[in-house]
Amino acid sequence: MAHPCPRRGGGGGTGDLALVTNVASFGRSGLADFVLQRVSAVVVGLYALCLLGFFVTAAPVDHAALADFFESLPMRVFTTLAVVSLAAHAWIGMWTIGTDYIRRHYFGAGHTVYLAIYLIVCIGLISVYVLWPLSVVWTVP
Amino acid sequence: MSRLPTMEFDGVIVGGGGAGMRAGLQLAQSGLKTAVISKVFPTRSHTVSAQGGITCAIGSDDPDDDWRWHMYDTVKGSDYIGDQDAIEYMCSVGPEAVYELEHMGLPFTRTESGRIYQRPFGGQSKDYGKGGQASRTCAAEDRTGHALLHTLYQNNLKAGTTFLNEWFAIDLVLNQDGEVCGLVALEIESGEVVFVKSRATVLATGGAGRIYATTTNALMNTGDGVGMALRAGFPVQDIEMWQFHPTGIHQAGVLVTEGCRGEGGYLVNKDGERFMERYAPTAKDLAGRDVVARSMILEIMDGRGVGEDADHVLLKLDHLGEDTLRKRLPGIIELSKTFAHVDPAREPIPVVPTCHYMMGGVPTNIHGQALTQGVDGADRVVGGLYAIGEVACVSVHGANRLGGNSLLDLVVFGRAAGIHIEEAMRQGIDRRGPGEEDLARATARLERWNGSSSGESVADLKRELQRLMLVNFNVFRSGENMRSSIGELAELRERIARAHLADKSRVFNTARLEALELDNLLEVAEATAIVAEARTESRGAHARNDYTERDDDNWLCHSIYFAPDKRVGKRSVNFTPQTMEPFNPTERSY
Amino acid sequence: MQISLYRFDPDTDESPRMDSLELDLPEGRDLMVLDVLELLKAEDSSIAYRRSCREGVCGSDGINMNGRNGLACITPVSEAAPRGKLTLRPLPGLPVVRDLVVDMSQFYRQYEKIEPWLVNDTAPPARERLQSPEDREKLNGLYECILCACCSTACPSFWWNPDKFVGPAGLLQAYRFLADSRDTATAERLAALEDPFSVFRCRGIMNCVSVCPKGLNPTRAIGKIRTMLLSQGI
Repeated sequence: MAHPCPRRGGGGGTGDLALVTNVASFGRSGLADFVLQRVSAVVVGLYALCLLGFFVTAAPVDHAALADFFESLPMRVFTTLAVVSLAAHAWIGMWTIGTDYIRRHYFGAGHTVYLAIYLIVCIGLISVYVLWPLSVVWTVP
Repeated sequence: MSRLPTMEFDGVIVGGGGAGMRAGLQLAQSGLKTAVISKVFPTRSHTVSAQGGITCAIGSDDPDDDWRWHMYDTVKGSDYIGDQDAIEYMCSVGPEAVYELEHMGLPFTRTESGRIYQRPFGGQSKDYGKGGQASRTCAAEDRTGHALLHTLYQNNLKAGTTFLNEWFAIDLVLNQDGEVCGLVALEIESGEVVFVKSRATVLATGGAGRIYATTTNALMNTGDGVGMALRAGFPVQDIEMWQFHPTGIHQAGVLVTEGCRGEGGYLVNKDGERFMERYAPTAKDLAGRDVVARSMILEIMDGRGVGEDADHVLLKLDHLGEDTLRKRLPGIIELSKTFAHVDPAREPIPVVPTCHYMMGGVPTNIHGQALTQGVDGADRVVGGLYAIGEVACVSVHGANRLGGNSLLDLVVFGRAAGIHIEEAMRQGIDRRGPGEEDLARATARLERWNGSSSGESVADLKRELQRLMLVNFNVFRSGENMRSSIGELAELRERIARAHLADKSRVFNTARLEALELDNLLEVAEATAIVAEARTESRGAHARNDYTERDDDNWLCHSIYFAPDKRVGKRSVNFTPQTMEPFNPTERSY
Repeated sequence: MQISLYRFDPDTDESPRMDSLELDLPEGRDLMVLDVLELLKAEDSSIAYRRSCREGVCGSDGINMNGRNGLACITPVSEAAPRGKLTLRPLPGLPVVRDLVVDMSQFYRQYEKIEPWLVNDTAPPARERLQSPEDREKLNGLYECILCACCSTACPSFWWNPDKFVGPAGLLQAYRFLADSRDTATAERLAALEDPFSVFRCRGIMNCVSVCPKGLNPTRAIGKIRTMLLSQGI
């Protein structure tokens, strides 16, 4: 278990975090986040199974087979759904981790700035991970 | 001492147990500026340890039940020195007070019809003792006190009561008219001393079982309210009456509820004999607590005790079956396993009579107003001071309290005091504030400890005091031992006045608290000793080897004790209930 | 016996320290950890800790013993320190006032936040409100909480967000009122818990369950609150 903090007041005082965290949350509803995280996990899980099925049955797995597989409209839609789900899932998770750890107790008075930077980086990365596969799936003829 | 920081309230309640929080709730709901001062967080108060229930004729088990039957049992239980107007009030108002608790959310155990479950308890009968055992004790499993205390705290939160948690009350502050105008208290965390000014000060500080070396009481039950009242020159009443609960766990002293016997458990000696059948042929194990405790000690003295030292008896529960135990007495299973290393579903629990309850205390009327005696011997209300709960002596318990009546006492008189204060405030009270010397008097003992530079340790002196009381003021008392104890206590007073507080730090200094508590323990112990020696009879919990009979000619009365001149007086018992004929003293048998 | 004791007095100490102490235990009796503390305090009265009932019902003496939260008064020394060395620290995650005494105000604030009192808008009957034994049974395992804070201070989520995550103790009581057939504020109570922190910061770590000295199960109660939120949301 963690060390107790030696001084009074050291454990709390994160009141001004509320603005950042609430704005950053999806709809400020823990329930919506909770549901979204689970639904997105199911979508990503199904998508993974689908991919697994492809890799097991398709032989050989070359560019032509891949292109062929992803070319159909249902597969493009499914991939889009999976990518967006993954992004939502990751965002909720990363936001949760950020609001757990990036706190005044460890980061001092400027912790909200650190949290904002962290969240912006997360948004940037997640955006890349969304836009890149989508551009691949929807631009390949 | 320079001027103390001051806080001001309409009503200040000292003690956050059942009585204090019930009064606090009443006052907060009426919109008065109310503070509850407690030396612990309120849900840690000793009410939390009450197990069996709250006795009250709500007619759930028996629709014909009558509060007058409850009143009869209580008067008889008190060995006829309970005040009948007060007992009448408690038993008749009781149902309303209990229903209020239920409405507040108290999670009572239920009957099949959805009403509050009532269990049999000691000394409870139907039809004025003629109708057999009554089931009248309302229970929340065997955690009734816990459920009650938490419910009251929750409702105080709702009502917006101000809590001064972990504040220690040092002494009452009197003004030049001899009225109480507040108290001096120590904020434990910061070490700051504050004058808490109030128009009504309510003592709800609970008992003082820690004057004994073994007791069912919490470590903090040090009689702070009694100490404060006695030092302020106000008397205590029937302070010699200490209840020994028949079933404290051997050595640990932890309480095992009377509800165990209510549910069908019984006591056996080393021969496996259910000995209570000999001492109380009708009520058997559910006779009054004083009767059962004495019977147990007699068994032990006759060599029928259990164990290597033959110094305890056994409480048998295994025949009730594991299901009943788990459903009705789950807390007892836990406590027995932890403190006696015994699973009551299989083996009996080793038990011995253990100091449990202070029947005496600050005398009050049924509104909780503290009383003293004028020079003519007549009752006089102390301006500004109330007392409720165990620290008070209304007196509804007389010489022996019945099980389940303490929780009822708390809520009925906590509520009554609240109502009375509310009314008094409406009519307007104006009290003079204290002068510098009045405040100095209230902080004197704190200053004394803070200034001490050498002497005996608090821990040693406390141990000595507790041992002395345990040996000489137990279930049976001898005149000779009591007389020598009085001398030893006078000596202890001298030694404590010169004792040393080694740790003088500021923040959360518990050594300082224990020193201040020792002053209070001494006041209670000395009062107990002097009055016990003076009451030359045996009545209720006060059993003497040299005066073995009840003496109604001389002692059908309250004792009253003033500390400044160590004077014992008498005060008459009330025999005039409002709505019925009184119960006159007869021989008490179960 | 060897004892390592956490000491800190804010007036004299820059930072906390662990004191090594030796204590001769009486033969033939398995003392509780509180007995050990009382013996130590008889020697050195400056040791500060809370205690009262000494039978595990008042909840004063929650401390950390050899890395595990529990009540000192009902934890046998043999159980706390099976290998012979007893290490005593304050409950983790809360500010230390002195020695083993922590500032519990944050813990109490979370308790207050769930509005721990029965709400019933209907006029009370002249007698008690009826409740079937089956409905009453639902409160078992909930109302027995003694607010000792052993659970919440063993919970990493509570360490991280003590101001926003209600914590296991508070949530157990939140469910105690949600589960009470006499309470009529279910919708309001659930609405107040719906944000991303109050309930949903529970990660099911279950430290609370493993340390609760009363054998209660806050994780199960939290699961039930989530189920109620879900079924209400749908």
